[in-house]
Amino acid sequence: MSGIFVVGFDGSEAAHRALDFAIERAAAQGGTVLIAHVLEWSPYSFLTPNELEERHKRRREELERAETALMAPVVKKVSGRGAEIESVIRYGKIADVLCEIAKSKKAAQIFIGRNGHSALGARVFGSVASALVQTAPVPCTIVP
Amino acid sequence: MYPKATRAALAAAGLSLTGAAPAFAQSLDETVNQIFAASTGWFVNFIFSPFPGTSFPWIVAWLVAAATVFTFYFLFIQFRAFGHAISLVKGDYSDPDDAGEVSHFQALATALSGTVGLGNIAGVAVAVGIGGPGATFWMILAGLMGMASKFTECTLGVKYRNEYPDGTVSGGPMYYLTKGFAERGLPGGKFLAVMFSIFCILGALGGGNMFQSNQAHQQITGIVGPYPGWITGVIFAGVVFAVIVGGLKSIAKVTEKVVPFMGVLYVLSALVIIAMNADMIGWAFGQIFAGAFTGLGVAGGMVGALIQGFKRAAFSNEAGVGSAAIAHSAVRTKEPITEGFVSLLEPFIDTVVICTMTALVIIISGQLLTDPETGLYLVGESGMIQTADGTSGVSLTSAAFASAFSWFPYVLALAVVLFAFSTMISWSYYGLKAWTYLFGEGRGQELTFKVIFCIFVVIGAAANLGPVIDFSDAAIFAMAVVNVFGLYFLMPIVKRELDSYLARLKSGEIKKFH
Repeated sequence: MSGIFVVGFDGSEAAHRALDFAIERAAAQGGTVLIAHVLEWSPYSFLTPNELEERHKRRREELERAETALMAPVVKKVSGRGAEIESVIRYGKIADVLCEIAKSKKAAQIFIGRNGHSALGARVFGSVASALVQTAPVPCTIVP
Repeated sequence: MYPKATRAALAAAGLSLTGAAPAFAQSLDETVNQIFAASTGWFVNFIFSPFPGTSFPWIVAWLVAAATVFTFYFLFIQFRAFGHAISLVKGDYSDPDDAGEVSHFQALATALSGTVGLGNIAGVAVAVGIGGPGATFWMILAGLMGMASKFTECTLGVKYRNEYPDGTVSGGPMYYLTKGFAERGLPGGKFLAVMFSIFCILGALGGGNMFQSNQAHQQITGIVGPYPGWITGVIFAGVVFAVIVGGLKSIAKVTEKVVPFMGVLYVLSALVIIAMNADMIGWAFGQIFAGAFTGLGVAGGMVGALIQGFKRAAFSNEAGVGSAAIAHSAVRTKEPITEGFVSLLEPFIDTVVICTMTALVIIISGQLLTDPETGLYLVGESGMIQTADGTSGVSLTSAAFASAFSWFPYVLALAVVLFAFSTMISWSYYGLKAWTYLFGEGRGQELTFKVIFCIFVVIGAAANLGPVIDFSDAAIFAMAVVNVFGLYFLMPIVKRELDSYLARLKSGEIKKFH
């Protein structure tokens, strides 16, 4: 079965494990791995007037940093392992954006790493993994 | 924003500062007062002067006339576009690819935090305390009309903003007056822009700064007892400095989260009090309607109620002043008109919702005394309606809320302090934009203004500089004279944008994303 495997990637060790796991499967099946990095963002947060003014500039800087410091190195590292590699950087709520990407790209699966927060931490800050398994439109693999 | 009557009422409530100020500062204050009053009194008197034979300030008529003209010119846009404005704020029309840019919601929230404040709490109490319940009717009417003024100025703010290569933006009346007039081939745009900028800087330092720190200090002393104002001033200035110069995001983040929370808490408390007295709602609206057309015995009758209501709305929501156009111009949109739609919600929330809540609680609480035989309000010698506790201004609001929740005055004091702080942050930005328009953009110029701004925070809290604050209030309304004058010439441009947008919305060219 070929297809697109979406990997939620934030540069953490867990994310690297998820990526490796997805690439192995994609290489075996001749699929494509789409590395997705989501910058946490809510359009309903509150900003000062000064932050409003600089927002466009900051956004450009954030996207550049994410591309050069995070995405480019990892794409380079995993290229040539037998799977087609694509990348995307987006703003929003991580779980929501991964679901949207999976839907719009007609992906076969979503992979994410388990970040190993304590149960308390997950309860306070919310867990991407649990949000994703509740809402994902396609099968979802959580790599420990 | 804050009329003399508000300050008089607050002073009358026994919240005086001067007793706590050091003697040398007092003599300094007096000197400053005298020089300032002598040199600027004519300007203050001119701006706030009433029509001959009435107590109706012409500046209020100017703002209400503008709101009426825009309402008819755009065929009641505030009602036609209300639903669409809410869709825009919800993000229904936002392109997901633009996520991470300033959203309509964020621009609206920031602009609101600059206008919601003491005016909604103390100012309404003054209006109802003098004009009776009927003032509420005229206040709501003026608030609804003011939505059209906001729509006009904020559309232009986005359309004619400056976008710089580094991605930052600068917008506001000074930019649309210059570029808009040039585009229409009219002379004098530059002159209007410079005048606007001067008034904006003065207004930012006064009404948007000194008055705020002054009132915050009075609230704190009302709770913890008197102490020197410069202490509050230095603390406030330190925090403001950390935010606007140091770029300390954490404080700004906390404030920007707490302020909306306080606003919601205020409205919810009011709703609970109104619900607890559900049997009186019909009566309260009866009083508002009867009072609006008869006055129910207040000083000046129907006209007295009308003046107070119009004044309160104009001072509270700043529609026509031009300040909101500065805040709204940072939003990322291909259609300037969408920001106009969103901004028309601002006077609605500020005046029609929040101010009305305050008024209803005061009326329902029974703080305003009536003659049991005639049902008319008892008016004291000063022209104020007599109240149960003898209070007025912010203390009247406080007493009205305390009649249901005894702890509310503490929450109210905290709310006033936080509202004052967020208003200062907003106005520091408005002032800065006017400053850089006059003196050029650059780190040096910006730092100069920010340091001046922080110094004025201390002065505002420490001293009782009545004439200085009178002058800066006058400056804020002078902004409206220049701004509205310009808007009359630029409104055909907004009309063109509006017609084009509505046509494309109808044809389906502008689509919903969500």
